[in-house]
Amino acid sequence: MKSCVIVFPGSNCDRDVAVALKASSGMEPQMVWHSETELPKCDLIVLPGGFSHGDYLRSGAMAARAPIMRALSARAKAGTPVLGLCNGFQILTEAGLLPGALMRNAGLKFICRDIFLKVENIHNVFNRNYADGQVVRIPISHHDGNYFADAATLDRLESANRVAFRYCTASGDVSAAANPNGSLNNIAGILNEAGNVLGMMPHPERLISPELGGTDGRAMFDALASLLQTA
Amino acid sequence: MKARIHITLKKGVLDPQGKAIANTLAHLGFDGVEEVRQGKYIEIDLAGSDAAQARARVDAMCAQLLANTVIENYAIELEA
Repeated sequence: MKSCVIVFPGSNCDRDVAVALKASSGMEPQMVWHSETELPKCDLIVLPGGFSHGDYLRSGAMAARAPIMRALSARAKAGTPVLGLCNGFQILTEAGLLPGALMRNAGLKFICRDIFLKVENIHNVFNRNYADGQVVRIPISHHDGNYFADAATLDRLESANRVAFRYCTASGDVSAAANPNGSLNNIAGILNEAGNVLGMMPHPERLISPELGGTDGRAMFDALASLLQTA
Repeated sequence: MKARIHITLKKGVLDPQGKAIANTLAHLGFDGVEEVRQGKYIEIDLAGSDAAQARARVDAMCAQLLANTVIENYAIELEA
């Protein structure tokens, strides 16, 4: 698998996700600086977590207009899988590659802890190694993860089964009590219409081996590696 | 020419920061605060003196970067 990780000033999970990609695929991803205008040939593009450009103006706002994003957008539209994690999700919404916006957490606090997610859609390259409705434990680490979209957009997401993950309790109950940040419909991650772009606030790259405290994030990187190796 | 831009959350978009400000105003004893909405204010100094052209440029800046029109509205004032 050839993969690219886009690096912005202020990205801080770029190397974590590179380790996760290497662990699953055996291949080093190529790190691509945000001011590049062209992407190498690759089977997967990752927008990592962090605080690109210090979250100035709005989280992801500057990064979404970086020179590399034009090339990324063209690849996404041509079908290359694009994974945006945390700040990467914020960048994808700011770039218009995913609908909606990520606003300040409803409780106003930065939240850094493990939460539970229900896997809502496994019919995509990212989630195919999870079971439908599986509950996984993954960390979140964000200040602006409160997913908002207008009612029509939300309807469109729900009716097309484009919600990939929802916040839930350990037993899989999607309730207000399990919602850490006020996201509408407990949304933690969504897909684009074609299903090749996934944005999610949680950090699967942080739980890929027992030494890190868990392996629930590993299935995503294994799925990407195996799918792309056979492609 | 100076452009003053007010960026505000759209109606119906929750504003937890505005709510926290309203609560604190109440703690301070300010009665009658019905709602607080927090926004942003940006000033831009522009070259040139054509107001119509300046407005069109600032409008494009707002649409492309300064505001996120999924959640925000913006208003532009120009001063010669």
